Amino acid sequence: MTIHHHLNDATLMAYAAGSVSESLSFVIATHLSVCSTCRARVAEMESLGGAELESQSEMTMSSTALDNVMALLDDDFFVEESKISKPVANSNIPSPLRDYLPHEYEALEWKTMAPGVKYFTLDGVNAGKGTLRLLKIAPGVTIPEHTHEGTELTLVLKGSFSDEVGRFKAGDIADLDDDIHHQPIADTDEDCICLIVTEAPLKFKAMMPKLFQYFVGM
Amino acid sequence: MDQAIKSNPTEVLDSQQMTALLVRVSKERDKQAFACLFQHFAPRVKSYIFKLGSDEAMAEELAQQTLLQVWRKAHLFDDSKAAASTWIFRIARNLRLDLIRKEKHFEYDDHDLTQIEDESDSPEKHLDRMQHTAIVREAVSQLPPEQAEIVHLSFYEGLSHGDIAERLDLPLGTVKSRMRLAFKRVKDTIGGTL
Ligand SMILES: [Zn+2]
Repeated sequence: MTIHHHLNDATLMAYAAGSVSESLSFVIATHLSVCSTCRARVAEMESLGGAELESQSEMTMSSTALDNVMALLDDDFFVEESKISKPVANSNIPSPLRDYLPHEYEALEWKTMAPGVKYFTLDGVNAGKGTLRLLKIAPGVTIPEHTHEGTELTLVLKGSFSDEVGRFKAGDIADLDDDIHHQPIADTDEDCICLIVTEAPLKFKAMMPKLFQYFVGM
Repeated sequence: MDQAIKSNPTEVLDSQQMTALLVRVSKERDKQAFACLFQHFAPRVKSYIFKLGSDEAMAEELAQQTLLQVWRKAHLFDDSKAAASTWIFRIARNLRLDLIRKEKHFEYDDHDLTQIEDESDSPEKHLDRMQHTAIVREAVSQLPPEQAEIVHLSFYEGLSHGDIAERLDLPLGTVKSRMRLAFKRVKDTIGGTL
């Protein structure tokens, strides 16, 4: 299997600099866990941060700073595990997503959004004013055409979908510019499961009350 | 351009020494090596945090915490993957987000078993990490001003692309494309020196 759709440089730069929101960093990190190409690029970018640190002017530390810290070196400490728990061990779910799901995909408590479209909202990750959730799209079902106000990232976890940009399979991520309109359709005979983060609510071209009429099964 | 980069042996040596010290902390739990790292990096981390908008007391506190984390996480440091300065930058960045912005910065898993083999791109040319920091720094300093400005606001002032667009009164698309150009240029410069 090969990844064809990657994060763009601007997004990776923002991740490296630490200027993306928590929920965006969650989806970016999940793609990075499966994609060595983007990992290599982000490592280059983080070295910009390292170079910056080296060239910082020095700010004098308090006279007791070194002693303070040295005194703590022998203390016991919990090895920092960033992961809250490992409910789904040995699974096919990439991290950090794996650590925030109580079950494998099929056993999750999916809720219905529209005919053929189910969603699961991730708890435990701060999505601010946006959303962070899994979407499960039945074969042949189309998500209505919409535009984006803020950033949206869609990472395919299982199955595939197609839109104007191309075909997205497991591991691929759609990192769309704000002005792109797109209309993804699940394009095989299995459910397409993806992880979607939005920074601001989606702006559907049609009025919201009409939204449901746009979910058309083939 | 090559000359400018290579005529900076002191910095390369510095960066090399720092990475060697971190390896000693990592492998031997060497406290003396740690103290040297502290003296070098704590004042720089403090300055980095301060410039991103914290007051001095907070910057001091975070600098101490960052270095404490360096000690505690040293066993995870892999000198074939990053220079000491890059690794410490990541710790400082994440701590600042966590403690000041109250947001997590999720890290990827390098050894994830779900990795998908990517055949579409040839493997990146492997850089000598020891020389890396100085070369990257030099490359950034040679960016055209409008690109350097965006890299600067992003890394050094911690602004999102949206904030940068607002600050400079530019369309978001322009900010993103300048960022892309900047990265490409830095990459090309780095590639050309090896
Ligand atoms: Zn990728």
